[in-house]
Amino acid sequence: MDFTLRIVMTGAALLGLISGALGTLAVLRRQGLIGDAVAHAALPGIVLAFLLSGSKAPVVLQLGAAVSGTLALLWVQAILRTTRIRFDAALGMALAVFFGLGVVLLSAAQHMAGAAQAGLDRFLFGQAATLLREDLLVMAAAGLLAFVLVLAFWKEIQLVLFDEAYAATLGLPVRRLQTLLIVLLVMAIVIGLQTVGVVLMSAVIVAPAAAARQWSSRYGRVLLLAGLFGLLSGALGAWISSLAPRLPTGPLIVLLLTALALLSVLVAPARGLLWQYIRRRRARETARQALMAVLQELARHHPDAEHPHPTATIQAALGTDVPVEAILRDLERRGQVRYMPDQGWQLTERPPHTP
Amino acid sequence: MKWAIEIEDLTVAYQQQPVLWDVDAAIPTGQMTAIVGPNGAGKSTLLKAVLGIVRPAAGRIRVRGRPFRARERLVAYVPQRAELDWDFPATVFDVALMGTYGRVGWLRRPGMAERARARAALERVGMAELSDRPIGQLSGGQQQRVLLARALAQEAEIYLLDEPFQGVDAPTEATLLDVLRWLKQQGKTIVVVHHDLSTVAEYFDWVVLLNVQCIACGPVAEAFTPENLRRTYGGRMVVPAPTVNPA
Repeated sequence: MDFTLRIVMTGAALLGLISGALGTLAVLRRQGLIGDAVAHAALPGIVLAFLLSGSKAPVVLQLGAAVSGTLALLWVQAILRTTRIRFDAALGMALAVFFGLGVVLLSAAQHMAGAAQAGLDRFLFGQAATLLREDLLVMAAAGLLAFVLVLAFWKEIQLVLFDEAYAATLGLPVRRLQTLLIVLLVMAIVIGLQTVGVVLMSAVIVAPAAAARQWSSRYGRVLLLAGLFGLLSGALGAWISSLAPRLPTGPLIVLLLTALALLSVLVAPARGLLWQYIRRRRARETARQALMAVLQELARHHPDAEHPHPTATIQAALGTDVPVEAILRDLERRGQVRYMPDQGWQLTERPPHTP
Repeated sequence: MKWAIEIEDLTVAYQQQPVLWDVDAAIPTGQMTAIVGPNGAGKSTLLKAVLGIVRPAAGRIRVRGRPFRARERLVAYVPQRAELDWDFPATVFDVALMGTYGRVGWLRRPGMAERARARAALERVGMAELSDRPIGQLSGGQQQRVLLARALAQEAEIYLLDEPFQGVDAPTEATLLDVLRWLKQQGKTIVVVHHDLSTVAEYFDWVVLLNVQCIACGPVAEAFTPENLRRTYGGRMVVPAPTVNPA
């Protein structure tokens, strides 16, 4: 494996790990959409940081991204405080205005001398191939800092995510913890912008969490799994994009993550749709068998084995309050019972051992 | 009479709309108090104001004679079930353990003592066997028991419960009531936002009738009268005849 590919794969894996785990905090607060707004709102900050400093060093541009992403969030909060506009509308507004401004600034900057080579437009959809060793060090340092913060305030963050009001009554500094969560989210996004871009970044925040939640109901495990899913998709996406020319890394990572989330929603034990379907089918099968036994018992004890029994009688004979009507209709569709109008239900075949 | 909570001239407003208006009320120590009133009367807001979760526009609240300080953890809050996200990845035990978080210092994890306290609380509400169950798989009644267990694990002096009997099964209602009466025996103060007027006289010692303003506040026998109920609920509902004889 060549050196560049190793760098790109490591970078994409780091990004997936950090953004996946930190994004889970936002998703568990039902605030995944905030990630989308912050990511889009980062664009004008990136362009302005370049225009003001003349530098295209990732750290400088990331700082600009963090500042304008945070400004967008503060603006959303101000809108919520002073008007009756609702949260989702305010978020959408901030996203559109900041992103629009970013696109205008970007095309203006492209016409200026020297700016075209800065390759600022790579921040739209990301370009993993531009990752350098220094970028990895910055990502690793930021990831380590986030990791230490999440561990240090583990129980406080967990409580604020689950029940803010209760956390306040225990004397926790809820406002400061909320600020910490926002800082962590902004970090998660800024780290990924160079690789995935502002447009698709929110998928890296939301998809690992959605996938991980399917596999576990423990807070710590969900965080860990989301990080692992992100890491895996990042590394794999970077590798696949190296196989053919002009295969974009960022979109590949996002597609892999989405596939992983979809797969998890389908096949994860307990919560997976597939298992739910199988469990429902099994339960129906058991119910049908129990009811057939009851019907055969009734037929055996009646002088006329083909005598139809009304629904209420069968319900009483079953002895539980599980409604029999639906099960009887199910059996009717399978041709095992038939309904005689005004009389009741009758087996289509004489049960064995009837006199 | 010793007062657990004293409320003076309390006014709370959301977007210039008064939710609570000039409320005066006092809640006695060591008794079971019901807060009763129609929807939108400000019952939940009153609890949240006592806990400092909502900021009053005016007025004074004293808890055991002093301004409320969350850090003392004297007041345990049981929010309405519907206010929480039950799809959050946590088990029954995890939630009960949260009650002890206030005592565990920064950077530390709950230890043996805290875990034992959470287990005892779950035992008390009849949820010990379901300790490891994800909270997403609980029935409404079981959710309510877990929230009460969390409050018990906090080992507070005053318990504020928002609609704990709302939509729970009969066995759960009996268990909750047993636990609250047990708390009362320990000298704790219990305040419950309550919907079911027919059980007020049976369950509670003291009642606060609230409809934005405080209509009446006192022992159930004196304050829970047809006249006061009519004033609380207006013409909007037929007031059932209370079983209490005000004589």
